Amino acid sequence: MDNDKIDQIIDKHECKAGSLIQILLDIQSENHWLPREALDRVSEKLHVPMSKIQHITTFYKSFSLVPKGRHEVHICMGTACHVRGAQRVLDTVQDQIGIKPGETDVELKFSLETVNCIGCCALGPVMVVDGEYHGNIASSQIENVLKNYV
Amino acid sequence: MPRINSSAELETLRSDILSARDPNKPCITLCSGSACQATHCKKVAAALEHEIETRGLQDQVHVRKTGCHGFCEKGPILVMYPEGICYLQVKPEDISEIIAETLIGKKIVERLVYVDPTTGEKITHEDEIPFYKNQERLVLGLNTKIDPKSLEDYLAVGGYQALGKVFSTMTQEQVINEVKAASLRGRGGGGFPAGVKWEAARNAPGDTKYVIVNCDEGDPGAYMDRSLMEGNPYCVLEGLLIGAYAIGAHEGYIYVRQEYPLAVENVTSAIKKAEECGLLGKNILGSGFDFTIKVHQGAGAFVCGEETALIRSLEGKVGEPKARPPYPAVRGLWDKPTNINNVETWANIPLIINIGAAAFTSIGTEGSKGTKIFSLVGKVNNTGLVEVPMGVTLRDIVYKIGGGIPGGKKFKAVQTGGPAGGCMPESLLDMEVDFDQLTKAGSMMGSGGMIVLDEETCMVDFARYFLGFLADESCGKCVPCREGVKQMLTILTRITKGKGREGDIELLEQLAEVAGSSALCALGKGAPNPVLSTLRHFRDEYEAHINEGKCPSYSCKDLISYYIDPDKCQACMSCARKCPSEAIDGGKNLIHVVLQDKCTKCGSCLEACPVKFGAVRKISGEPVPAPIPQEARTIVRKSKQP
Repeated sequence: MDNDKIDQIIDKHECKAGSLIQILLDIQSENHWLPREALDRVSEKLHVPMSKIQHITTFYKSFSLVPKGRHEVHICMGTACHVRGAQRVLDTVQDQIGIKPGETDVELKFSLETVNCIGCCALGPVMVVDGEYHGNIASSQIENVLKNYV
Repeated sequence: MPRINSSAELETLRSDILSARDPNKPCITLCSGSACQATHCKKVAAALEHEIETRGLQDQVHVRKTGCHGFCEKGPILVMYPEGICYLQVKPEDISEIIAETLIGKKIVERLVYVDPTTGEKITHEDEIPFYKNQERLVLGLNTKIDPKSLEDYLAVGGYQALGKVFSTMTQEQVINEVKAASLRGRGGGGFPAGVKWEAARNAPGDTKYVIVNCDEGDPGAYMDRSLMEGNPYCVLEGLLIGAYAIGAHEGYIYVRQEYPLAVENVTSAIKKAEECGLLGKNILGSGFDFTIKVHQGAGAFVCGEETALIRSLEGKVGEPKARPPYPAVRGLWDKPTNINNVETWANIPLIINIGAAAFTSIGTEGSKGTKIFSLVGKVNNTGLVEVPMGVTLRDIVYKIGGGIPGGKKFKAVQTGGPAGGCMPESLLDMEVDFDQLTKAGSMMGSGGMIVLDEETCMVDFARYFLGFLADESCGKCVPCREGVKQMLTILTRITKGKGREGDIELLEQLAEVAGSSALCALGKGAPNPVLSTLRHFRDEYEAHINEGKCPSYSCKDLISYYIDPDKCQACMSCARKCPSEAIDGGKNLIHVVLQDKCTKCGSCLEACPVKFGAVRKISGEPVPAPIPQEARTIVRKSKQP
């Protein structure tokens, strides 16, 4: 990610240190993860020490300090999904793509994350792939959904 | 839309909008909330627009994409006005039939209407479906009537009437007194009277004050704030604006979870349009009052739903809670007096101003006025968002509205209040649901999640689930929460693995007491609740796990085994084909046996076994019977030839 793009994002937030989280979210949404160089640039422009930026990026779950796969798979582990079999969905996805939550496969194809609730509770269990929601998903349908992503 | 300069101009604009609309012109509304997006409503919308275009009906019918209708289980929901014909679980391929039969032919497409599962009766109109009929949708109801991106739609249903009333007839004190008289209690969890909070912020010294909408709805199993923010953002903006006026704040923030992209999109669009029309910004409606709103996205931290943590996060810091007092009303955002309420609380404000405190307090119970939106989810037939007057019984919610438990299973409990809430067993089903009754029963209102559990939910595992959630979300600042929750989780995990020890229950109770009384914020203080409440009502399940190595709900993987009953097995190979770990030994005409050392207990065999055979079952707390001898395994079928 080049510095111009990062500067644009920082300028959009009026270069305010109070907007640190919003700036990092925008960079992450653009780039899917937060490379060290991007954080250096933010630190320099906002006059915020790197220790504080690291504190923020490791405290909030949305941030990733490692590259993400081309497709992001999120499994909702909220209460409603839990009682309707979210664990089995997660087990099946792990089996099929061979990675655990928080991991990315070596080909950078999939990243797997669990979410504590995505707010589609009436349709649990729910799997989200690249922002597309799959409600009431059964373990047997997972293979069919995932094979659409290359 | 032109800038609106006064309350009078607002009313003129409203009557212009209404007179330009023909109430008899056909209008098709399609639910486009997040839940319906999970059932692919976007494809339905595309099909609908395409069909109308190909038939050249653009001028004869209006299509409106609305927010969440609440009956998410049956989404996407399509309603045709003026008749109010309601079609459920609509698929793109149904659209052409709907247009041909209903819009043009004025006939009902029978297969898409609601069928009452108990009587078999077909119900055509949305408001006659038992799920809706037994609700009182004062706040959520508008969701079905407006396009969240259309200010005209909001004005057409009476939007900003309350603001006009406030600006033209009420002083700041009168607004606060009205909200106090309405006894509106915060819908986000605490249940603190909103009017009292407002007054404290208003009376706090200082010229700069802030108001905040808390839409960091992190409670797993609750999504009413999401639906309001997505489906009716102007209502939240109007409530916030009225609050800001009463308190004397000129800047507001909306803190939305990053997991709610559609809510961010819709509220951002609403703010932009409101600014263009002078419903935000300088000199709103000519009142001399200025107010601006910024949207701030969360970054994935449950604890930020706690008000002091949320404020720190807004300041660009790590979201760790602060000890109170001082309360945010005195020292909040950037150390200035701040009032923070959740989405549903703000959304109640226009209603209170419009109908008046007296009418509002006629709804509900002694200590809890108005309605409450619950997200009725889990093991219940009709899942979705339900809005009922405070004081309705749990039984009515679960059975009358929710339609009972699916699959003929037995009801076990209802969990309310989010991760720090509690469970109510069958004996409490006739309890009247309000803030005080729920607290008395050892649970709490929380933000209104209501998760129904059936006989297959293990209560020890359920408590373990919540403690796992809380351990994950604990910010780590105070020891009772950081360590106490972790230790409780360790004990619960070992109980569910069949490694519970004598004295574990007592140890859990001790830890719960310490964490509950000494943690810094509501997250840690409430963390013992799932343990204490399941122990209170389901202690026998804990004891069965520890003393007999048995999971009475046949749910804890480490305590169950799958077994094929040789007397029932018809050697059909259904289970063997589905087993992902080759743990079923058998063949054609050879009775199947589960190889226990290979079995991963995924349950595929139980699902695969035809119901008429019912040969696969779960065993817990007793040894698996030895496999039948090899020679007895062959099934000799009757010859088909005479």
